Amino acid sequence: MAEYQTHDYDVLVIGAGGAGLRAAIEASANGARVGVVTKSLLGKAHTVMAEGGIAAALANVDERDNWKVHFADTMRGGQYLNNWRMAELHAKEAPQRVRELEGWGALFDRTKDGRILQRNFGGHRYPRLAHVGDRTGLEMIRTLQDHGIHTGMEVHMECTVLTLLNADGRIAGAFGYERERGRFQLFRAKAVVLATGGIGRAYKITSNSWEYTGDGHALAYAAGASLIDMEFVQFHPTGMVWPPGVRGILVTEGVRGEGGVLKNKEGQRFLFDDIPENYRAQTADNEEEGWRYTQGDKNARRPPELLTRDHVARCIVREVREGRGSPHGGVFLDIAWIKDRVPGGAAHIKKKLPSMYHQFKQLADIDITEEPMEVGPTTHYVMGGVRVDADTQMSDVPGLFAAGECAGGLHGANRLGGNSLSDLLVFGKRAGEHAALFAKGNGISSLNPDQIEATARCALEPFERTGENPYQVQHDLQELMQDLVGIVRREEEMERALGQLEELKQRARKVAVTGNREYNGGWHTALDLQNLLIISEIITRAAIERKESRGAQFRDDYPSKDEEMGRFTIAVRCTDSGEMRVTREPLRAMPAELQQVIAEMK
Amino acid sequence: MSTATFSIWRGSNGEGEFRPYTIEISPGMVVLDAVHRIQAEQAQDLAVRWNCKAGKCGSCSAEINGNPRLMCMTRLNSLPLDQPVTIEPMKAFPSIKDLVTDVSWNYHVKQTIREFKPRPPDAPDGTWRMAQEDIDRVQEFRKCIECYLCQDVCHVLREHKLHNQFVGPRFLVHTAALEMHPLDTGSRENDLLRDHGIGFCNITKCCTKVCPESIKITDNAIIPLKERVVDQHFDPLRKLFQIFRK
Repeated sequence: MAEYQTHDYDVLVIGAGGAGLRAAIEASANGARVGVVTKSLLGKAHTVMAEGGIAAALANVDERDNWKVHFADTMRGGQYLNNWRMAELHAKEAPQRVRELEGWGALFDRTKDGRILQRNFGGHRYPRLAHVGDRTGLEMIRTLQDHGIHTGMEVHMECTVLTLLNADGRIAGAFGYERERGRFQLFRAKAVVLATGGIGRAYKITSNSWEYTGDGHALAYAAGASLIDMEFVQFHPTGMVWPPGVRGILVTEGVRGEGGVLKNKEGQRFLFDDIPENYRAQTADNEEEGWRYTQGDKNARRPPELLTRDHVARCIVREVREGRGSPHGGVFLDIAWIKDRVPGGAAHIKKKLPSMYHQFKQLADIDITEEPMEVGPTTHYVMGGVRVDADTQMSDVPGLFAAGECAGGLHGANRLGGNSLSDLLVFGKRAGEHAALFAKGNGISSLNPDQIEATARCALEPFERTGENPYQVQHDLQELMQDLVGIVRREEEMERALGQLEELKQRARKVAVTGNREYNGGWHTALDLQNLLIISEIITRAAIERKESRGAQFRDDYPSKDEEMGRFTIAVRCTDSGEMRVTREPLRAMPAELQQVIAEMK
Repeated sequence: MSTATFSIWRGSNGEGEFRPYTIEISPGMVVLDAVHRIQAEQAQDLAVRWNCKAGKCGSCSAEINGNPRLMCMTRLNSLPLDQPVTIEPMKAFPSIKDLVTDVSWNYHVKQTIREFKPRPPDAPDGTWRMAQEDIDRVQEFRKCIECYLCQDVCHVLREHKLHNQFVGPRFLVHTAALEMHPLDTGSRENDLLRDHGIGFCNITKCCTKVCPESIKITDNAIIPLKERVVDQHFDPLRKLFQIFRK
């Protein structure tokens, strides 16, 4: 019999980034007894790395902004595959969620008249991102953390969930272990909110931390929930490329928002050469107009550097492939040039982009106020996730909720920068509120002891065998996904990936770890690997099924958009017999008034 | 490819030893990359705490050649590699295993600091107005990534172990951020004096020197707080005024 400690909650929140903390705060406010499980220390989750800002149509900088423009921008960016109801709620509620943060102590940068300042970002028609320099994520998580710790939630730091527990056709809790001593923990709960973030660790070049192993995606899948849009993995166009040790670390889109430009080795602003049809009317056709836009000229259109991330990333790949890249396989991002155009020169750049200045200075010996940065695409975000009801965030499994990056639907085929932090707030709150409501109407279920026993046994097996090093298998998986299911995809390569994933699964079943259960990195990697393998297969199968190029999915063998495919979202779920089933599900028809909004904003 | 040797403290609950690991190194590597390579190739159960690998989360604090640093922001080419690089856990906190320490005390301390309480909104739509110059200082404090390196070097905690009487520089910065927040209406001077031990700080500025965010902890946070406490409690005129008010 496995030994474990037991904890009882009304609502268990798994993950303590922006979505998890916002959900926990809301569930507490609704009277629930709340437990939070986090793989890291509190306040260290990936939200901390978000730089650019929170998208919300506050209209503080440009009075023409409102929820309708934000809604239309989000849908256009997502290539209309978005769950329109989520996009609507998101655009309507984001301003209130941002103001609420101010009431909890957040200090955003200010406009001249003392309101929250907003900046330009890719795909947003007006300056819309509430921000604090380039450390907005830190401000957001610290505000939620410092507010949250006084709301009565219990936080289990450095604790990993291995499985969700079902009983009587609904969720009953979760089972996992704490890292410090490796002891098992049983959480009995009436409702569970997944807020585990993304899947970036499936790829070699990534801006994501070790935590991003698709836990929530894999847990929900195993519990019988459907995942949607998993083919859409966002490769952020600007990650560091040199030196090798820092490859993949994010360079905020805010650099381009402040006037930074992308150039190839010939010094050409290559993005002007390829402006997609549906953005042409909104995009500057000369460099001077683009510059004026970044400096707040309301009559100017945005520079092509601020087109959506999928497009910019693909253009960079093209430049590199065709031999016009920078020495280390990227392109140049130049902010130094604005020195002569703004008051304050170099000091202005340091004030607007302090972390970027330090990051390049410290890690690459580059002074961004003097020379250009070398940048290239890095795995950043997954648009896909657990399919949820737009209003409640409940998944197909009663009592199981999901919010933030691990939930799918809001962003469709491509996410706009800044829409993630607002997503966390809007849907974190909704998930917390509805999880608390669900908990009020349902008792604690009886648990299946066999499920707990089997999970514990399986988790300890790597200690009992001799075999391969888990780090090696993880490394090979990351290479495989990077090479065969990366930014440019082909059917034949992805079929090959499926075959190799099978082999990796066999190897993962035989990995062995040394040492004991106390804070053992090898053991944690061996366990996380199981989730990475499941979501890698899901991404690959969904990408094969979508036989077109749209948003973040670029198929070399189907280079154009297919109108027919635009009517479907791709769903993946586990059948009762344990098979992975991929289905095309028709999108729900958009109500006339929302269609009208989109037509008005063309 | 050249190689470098790292002498890493291995052990748990305070008992252990330095063990040498030699690995190949490549351009641009930081100490955390080296630790990861050692973990993947030679010591898979090596315990190390990290997250963002970009100096933003403050998880990978350690003492590198005796200097409290973030492992992710310390480049190998900034260290002498002709001798082993020593890496050991922070010393102001109990050891858990290898490079990982028990920093939970910090989370308990934070809970004891009175939370933010804003004044009523300035505008009918429930929002406030603040000038940028009035929040610059607080924004400096809010850059803190809670790496606890300032706590690690503070002699009140590190040598004298006064964890139950002194909150340490991190939480004086936190208190300063609340006290100087233009919207906050709370008062924390009494707590600072009685429960949070501000008097223990004798302004040696060790904390300021190690802050990876370059927050001027002593000059901008602690000294102004000390002045507030003095004004509140030791100003004879104010004392007199308070007596009359009673």
